[in-house]
Amino acid sequence: MQPSTNKKEFSILGIIIALMMLVPVLNAVGPDSGLFAVSSFQVSLYGKYLTYAVLAMSLNLLWGYTGLLCLCQSLFFALGAYAMGMYLMLMIGERGAYQSVLPDFMVFLGYQDLPIHWKPFYSFWFTTGAVLWVPGLLALIFGFLAFRSRIKGVYFSILTQALTYAAALMFFRNDFTFGGNNGFTDFKDILGCNINSEGTIRGLFIATVGLLVITYLSTSFLLKSKFGKIQQAIRDSENRVRFSGYSTTSFKLMVFVFSAMLAGAAGALYVPQVGGVNPSLMEAAKSLEVVVWVAVGGRATLWGPVIGAVLVNFLKSYTTQAFPDYWLIIMGALFVVVVLFFPDGVVGLYYKAQTAIKSMRSKQMKEAENV
Amino acid sequence: MRLNIFALFLLIGIPLCAVERSAREVFSDLILAESSEQAVFLEELSDYGDPVISEIYAAWRAGGVVKIELDGIVDALQFDGASKWTRISDGSEFEMTEALESASKKLRPSRKLRKSMKGLLDTLGLKAPDYNVRIDSAIKLGRSQKAEYFQPLKDRLEVESNEKVQAALQEALCISLLKNGTETEIIDSVQTLAEMNSIPALGFIEKILESSDAGSNLEVACMSSIQKIETHIKRIEFYGSFFRGFSTGSVLLIVSFGLAITFGLMGVINMAHGEFVAIGGYVTFMVQRTFVDIWGAGSVAFDWYFIVALPVSFCVAALLGLLLEKSVIRFLYRRPLESLLCTWGISMIMQQAFRLIFGAANVQVNNPNWLMGNLSFGGFNMSFTRLFVLFLALVVVLLTWLLLRKTNLGLHIRAVMQNRDMASSLGIPVARVNSLTFALGCGLAALGGAALSQIGNVGPLMGQAYIVDSFMVVVIGSVGNLVGAGISAMGIGLVDQLLQPSLGPVMGKITVFVIIILFLQWRPGGLFPTRSRSLED
Repeated sequence: MQPSTNKKEFSILGIIIALMMLVPVLNAVGPDSGLFAVSSFQVSLYGKYLTYAVLAMSLNLLWGYTGLLCLCQSLFFALGAYAMGMYLMLMIGERGAYQSVLPDFMVFLGYQDLPIHWKPFYSFWFTTGAVLWVPGLLALIFGFLAFRSRIKGVYFSILTQALTYAAALMFFRNDFTFGGNNGFTDFKDILGCNINSEGTIRGLFIATVGLLVITYLSTSFLLKSKFGKIQQAIRDSENRVRFSGYSTTSFKLMVFVFSAMLAGAAGALYVPQVGGVNPSLMEAAKSLEVVVWVAVGGRATLWGPVIGAVLVNFLKSYTTQAFPDYWLIIMGALFVVVVLFFPDGVVGLYYKAQTAIKSMRSKQMKEAENV
Repeated sequence: MRLNIFALFLLIGIPLCAVERSAREVFSDLILAESSEQAVFLEELSDYGDPVISEIYAAWRAGGVVKIELDGIVDALQFDGASKWTRISDGSEFEMTEALESASKKLRPSRKLRKSMKGLLDTLGLKAPDYNVRIDSAIKLGRSQKAEYFQPLKDRLEVESNEKVQAALQEALCISLLKNGTETEIIDSVQTLAEMNSIPALGFIEKILESSDAGSNLEVACMSSIQKIETHIKRIEFYGSFFRGFSTGSVLLIVSFGLAITFGLMGVINMAHGEFVAIGGYVTFMVQRTFVDIWGAGSVAFDWYFIVALPVSFCVAALLGLLLEKSVIRFLYRRPLESLLCTWGISMIMQQAFRLIFGAANVQVNNPNWLMGNLSFGGFNMSFTRLFVLFLALVVVLLTWLLLRKTNLGLHIRAVMQNRDMASSLGIPVARVNSLTFALGCGLAALGGAALSQIGNVGPLMGQAYIVDSFMVVVIGSVGNLVGAGISAMGIGLVDQLLQPSLGPVMGKITVFVIIILFLQWRPGGLFPTRSRSLED
């Protein structure tokens, strides 16, 4: 639309990509110690943060721009993670503890054959598809039922939370064929490359950066399109949009499914970098944590969720080591303070400071003119 | 009146005089007697059902009984470990000196005696003073199907006066006959057992069915009685889930009443509601500890701790709720989504605070004596704790109804619920009503927690298990509608418990969730939607 803002936006995006790409580059060619040393562990740690950032962005699309506070985002994330985990489990082959073609936990539980829904996951491309369509399908069905009966606001949040709760209960069961509460772990290969080698870790990091950029661009494009305008209008006053002749149900459903797919993709990249997945990933509390990231970073801003996800997780890593007993209290307090005093988060704070400086300057200018 | 008491003393006094000797005295004589005289005392001892007999006998067999002579009196002593000695004849403690110990003689029962004691000990429970022990013992003896127990059971049936024990004895005799009787006796017992709806007999009858000839009378009798007993079991299970459904529903009801009030009145989603439930549990725990510290765990006063804990937990939680409302919640009215996030932060803080104060593990809350035990109807048991929770829920419903309908505060609450601005402009102190209502909601949550402490665990996460269900209750029952909340709490509790036996706990929960979603397709506003001409936005 306006070329100048577009230019500015792209240059910021470029700088951020460059900064992010520094991590694998320094890991590959950088020094072994010192300020610029980046170990493989750190690469996968930062990679994990970036998948969280994508997850936060997908929630922001719903909560920030459509007004739907969805508390099942971590479920979609976990579904993507499980789909990728299934592929990775099958790639272990006969190198598991029981030296069987079946994943270890299945041998342990006494399975003779691979369950039928596991078989297609030998194919990487099928897995990639499943990462998207499994969460997407769930979002489609649930969203259709919820939006059709005009469940909105707090009710939507409560129902999505209950959905997460029910799904977590299912995944915790051993006979659900997804490894019960231990989930999947001990991965060996991805696409024939050793999952623990430095090259693969760097590759996964770069793929995550790629997903982040795609998410950013698609969100930004969506917001500028007519679709995005209606989406934001729904957030501000759904009834007026409906009275203007738009089917708000379909709009909300589309955004919901799209955001579920993004979360699933983020989950798929999360698993190989973390090295495991278990049902605690989809507990209701996790979904609320995602909401905290968005709130801290700045709701309804493009970069807010990314900043929030990375910031809160750094803080989490630090406090869980330094004060393990107080992490929950700090997190809770952060939440209360942000909601009460900084409803627009870090990004909002930045804009506030900017306008404050601007007004101060114009005041000074005026005073200078008057003198 | 005084005369009556006198008469009562007489009544108690007479049997005390009539029994010449206690079981201990007889046993003491038996131990000290010559082997030729032992049979007489054994015969006498067989009339007693005192559980102490088995204790002393165990010590005797293990070589923990000695004979001493002191001042010309021969006495048998039992060693209790840790250098404590008890005189067998009266159970009193005995000061043992080293000289006496070296002069004492260790006693052991002879082989012949051991043999006859075994039969006596096995049937000891039949004569126990506690009738529940008698019932258990009768069933146990019957299930062993040993021929040698048949006579003692029969003897006991003749003198037994308690009807429940009589039934158990009858049942035991029949089960015993299934193995030891003639064919006609077996058929008779099979039929009697079917009439008695005897669940323990089911396995034995099935065994007989397997070995019986095809087409014989016995087979027919077995088949019909198995069918009858199985229907009985199914019926009991059904009643059981029904009852559990009501009791789960009543806990849900207490918890979700508070939620419905705060949610309906102020549009505030209190995610920390579950932690207020936990506060109720922990306050009950603290009250219990205080009672144990002051009066001791076995005292009469201890039984009252739970009665004290109920109002205390309500008040503590209400005060905390008031504090929370004044410091945080009041800034969040009309921002429901933000209130949800903020209270979730508070719930995290509270959870961690519980862990830091009480530890991450569950704390132990004991039932007071009057809440132990069951009320049973023909094999179907209802525990007193669950009955009490049901009763408590009824009281809570009644009190809340009175508060909302008959008091000034209730009038104000309802006015604010209907139209906040209008109420405010008519001079109702909306801010104060808000604070009090929020405190009320938190107090109700804690009452639910106190009730839960009697039927479940008390731990930092105890509220979490109920919070999702309570939210469902509020959504189904229409926000702010207490009748709706009551009906939906009972409905969700019932459906949950009725589905659990066939689907298992997890699938049951999931099915309930699916039913809720489908229900909302049919009635999006819940059971009793508020009709209004205004649009929300």
